[in-house]
Amino acid sequence: MRLLTHNMLSSNIKGVVNGFPLRIEAEKVLEKNVEMNSDFLKKMFEKIEWKAFVEASRGMGYTELPEEADSSMLDSDEFLNRFHHALLELHLEEGALVCPETGRRFPVRKGIPNMLLHEDEV
Amino acid sequence: MASHKTAQIRLVSSHDEVYEPCDDSFALVDALLADRTNLLEHHPTLCMEIGCGSGYVITSLALILGQEGSGVNYIATDINPHAVKVTHETMEAHGVNAELIITDIAAGLENRLAGMVDVMVVNPPYVPTPEDEVGSEGITSSWAGGENGRSVIDRILPVADNLLSKKGWLYLVTLTANNPSEICGEMRKKGYASKIVVQRSTEEESLHIIKFWKDLDNEIEEINDQSPTGFMGSLLAQIPLLSLWRSKQ
Ligand SMILES: C[S@@+](CC[C@H](N)C(=O)[O-])C[C@H]1O[C@@H](n2cnc3c(N)ncnc32)[C@H](O)[C@@H]1O
Repeated sequence: MRLLTHNMLSSNIKGVVNGFPLRIEAEKVLEKNVEMNSDFLKKMFEKIEWKAFVEASRGMGYTELPEEADSSMLDSDEFLNRFHHALLELHLEEGALVCPETGRRFPVRKGIPNMLLHEDEV
Repeated sequence: MASHKTAQIRLVSSHDEVYEPCDDSFALVDALLADRTNLLEHHPTLCMEIGCGSGYVITSLALILGQEGSGVNYIATDINPHAVKVTHETMEAHGVNAELIITDIAAGLENRLAGMVDVMVVNPPYVPTPEDEVGSEGITSSWAGGENGRSVIDRILPVADNLLSKKGWLYLVTLTANNPSEICGEMRKKGYASKIVVQRSTEEESLHIIKFWKDLDNEIEEINDQSPTGFMGSLLAQIPLLSLWRSKQ
């Protein structure tokens, strides 16, 4: 699971009001290089919740993202490289996503989060 | 590998409890191929499959449209954990990738992913069955669609509407028994135009791959147009084959 996906995922347990962002518990993180596409990054930048993104990247052991970001930074190659790396190249391979409100853990195994709810959570 | 336009069957992984690529899967990929030029010109940023099964369809879409370097990313979900694992293996065997999530339709994505999906592909469980077979354990839930085969489809349509971007397209597999004209009518109310991209009849079933897109120009007009003839009339103009479905019913 990439941080792109993490930024789009919420806990949707019945009754949970604010299920975003899920806290990352990382047991194993992988890095896989992919080609950069700056148009994609510019489009995604508008959609990303930056604070959640920075927090998640720290949870994955990456600390090179600036605390705050605005679109003028997209002109900087250095910023784009870091954004690209954190968004698309870091993978949570083993670990869990934890609901911020209830503490319920959604397991991530072999890179795949399991968001299925138990019967009493629907 | 990149020279192959769609997934290769010999590279598609499998599991006892995962739906193997069948006529419906092939028809859906044929629809994507038939629409290939439009898809490439559409420049989607995020593509998504709900109910990815073996991964045959999303892998083919990724081979058609390209990966990160082309600025496209993919998300696929399935309620069956084995299916998601098999999809992962199939994609890896083809050198492509998607973000995979085990979830019911798109649960967990509906807040933050709303309005972001440019292309969605769905080959849902569409076979008419007793309601209690829907979502049951094992392979049954890959095809069991409840009454008229519509139980899961009817839950997917509002989710698709929520997740699709303004320029978003949905490709949906339906069976005649699902009453495709009614599905198009439901989507019309949400502001979508539709057309059949591929139609295929086998001995057991007649499949239609329907493409939906937001018809921004006509939206307001349609909402004001309450007369049944006007409504059906405009539908018929969109889909000549609707008359065929209607005469069969
Ligand atoms: C007809 S199969 C299609 C598989 C594959 N996309 C293909 O075309 O070969 C339907 C798939 O939807 C999945 N499915 C059924 N109900 C679902 C749900 N509520 N949420 C997500 N996936 C579901 C099944 O597990 C199955 O893999």
